[in-house]
Amino acid sequence: MSVADVREAITRAHDEEWARVVAALTRRFGDLDIAEEAVAEAFATAVQRWAADGVPPNPGAWLTTTANRKAIDRIRRENKLDDKQREAQLLYDDDPPEPLGAIEDERLRLIFTCCHPALAMETRVALTLRMVGGLTVPEIARALLVQETAVGQRITRAKAKIKAARIPYRVPSAEDLPARVSGVLAVLFLVFNEGYLATGPDTDPVRHDLTAEAIRLTRLIRALMPQDGEVAGLLALMLLTEARRTARVSAAGELVTLVEQDRGTWDAALIAEGHRLVRERLAARVAPGRYQILAAINAVHTSARDVRDTDWSQIVALYDQLVRIDPSPIVALNRAIAVAELDGPEVALAAVDRLEHKLAGYHAYHVTRADLLRRLGRSQSSRAAYDKAIELAGNTAETAYLTRRRDQLQ
Amino acid sequence: MQYLVSVIDATAGLATPDEMAAIDVFNDRLQAEGHWVFAGGLGAPISATVIDNRGEEAIFTDGPFVESKEYLAGFWVMEAPDLDVALKLAAEGSKACNRKVEVRPFL
Repeated sequence: MSVADVREAITRAHDEEWARVVAALTRRFGDLDIAEEAVAEAFATAVQRWAADGVPPNPGAWLTTTANRKAIDRIRRENKLDDKQREAQLLYDDDPPEPLGAIEDERLRLIFTCCHPALAMETRVALTLRMVGGLTVPEIARALLVQETAVGQRITRAKAKIKAARIPYRVPSAEDLPARVSGVLAVLFLVFNEGYLATGPDTDPVRHDLTAEAIRLTRLIRALMPQDGEVAGLLALMLLTEARRTARVSAAGELVTLVEQDRGTWDAALIAEGHRLVRERLAARVAPGRYQILAAINAVHTSARDVRDTDWSQIVALYDQLVRIDPSPIVALNRAIAVAELDGPEVALAAVDRLEHKLAGYHAYHVTRADLLRRLGRSQSSRAAYDKAIELAGNTAETAYLTRRRDQLQ
Repeated sequence: MQYLVSVIDATAGLATPDEMAAIDVFNDRLQAEGHWVFAGGLGAPISATVIDNRGEEAIFTDGPFVESKEYLAGFWVMEAPDLDVALKLAAEGSKACNRKVEVRPFL
């Protein structure tokens, strides 16, 4: 077996088995820290052993057995504590499995624990990427643009809090499930968005590593909770957004707006998959949540082969629906962008200007105003708005695009 | 497992009769459902005295050990199997006493 074959087998096992093995060990030993360390060691052992002995017929089972052995070794090593004390340190887990459709997957417990509302959002992101995604601490530090030591501390503190405060290792009850699922989806959407409009001055404008990881984890949750409309909605939203990734930045490194993108370069397979999910949710005839509505809006965009074929009235209608469940100024801003196409820039500008007191510090507010003012021929006001937008934008490709637009004003 | 639910106040006011009534209803429920361990309201921070007897003789200092706008106004000690249950109870406690609360596990 070649080195490349072994490497590929390790990568595949890592993608498919990491979360499963961490979850199984957490359940068995009642301790996230023991599980994480043992699974990492098992993968390190696999790198050596599989190269020498060949890839085992069932890599998942091999990894689980090896990780179990590593965990038991560690517990024996640390067996200075008496059994009673050790038992008290174990994660709380004595409830019967919650019936969740036909599926009871250990990985769901892991995901809900990592995304527990008692943990800070940034901690949930780091912990989920580590425990569920299997990213190393240096990888997470690079992904989140923070110091490795800070990521390490965040994860260590989270594990300590989970243990000390007894954050339960279980799938929430049916009554709490919608709110808790929405907490998990918020973590994944945050990872995706940071990838899609990266904010670092030295990073690529679109971070495919992050968008791909967010999609991979959302696919996993979709497989575990196939009945959940919002999970399907978020996956569709990510796929329909990711499909446009390559068209989004020009060869010169500028952001390309949806209207100006070369639609021929969009990923047809991702669009087809996204559209299938949106149709599935429409057929369910259940009132959609925000991710499903956002996915539907993106389905309308990606259905138009030419931007002139875009059904703007449907997009505005979907935004109206979204405003009813999420009356935030950012939704109102995006609605106004669609209104500009339907009723003209003047109507849209009036709507945008009403948001000033809430969005004056948000770069997209100034980007939208700058564009509307430009279309209305109000160059001087447009230039001022571009200046403000450039000052606030964090994405390098967006700054390049806005600068060119501003400098093209008459 | 026991949790300390601290009541955080910044208003320097005592509970109103309506708040007291709601707290009583909540306390009855805690007792009926087996979550009750102990609870109490505290005097204002100006009534506190700090004592340091680590040296040769005890030193008494007038006032609370930290001066801050927000202070501990009272607390519950609750019995709960895990943090999810404790958080739910604490949320109801916050509603009942009409103040922010903080949940911390006992060791």
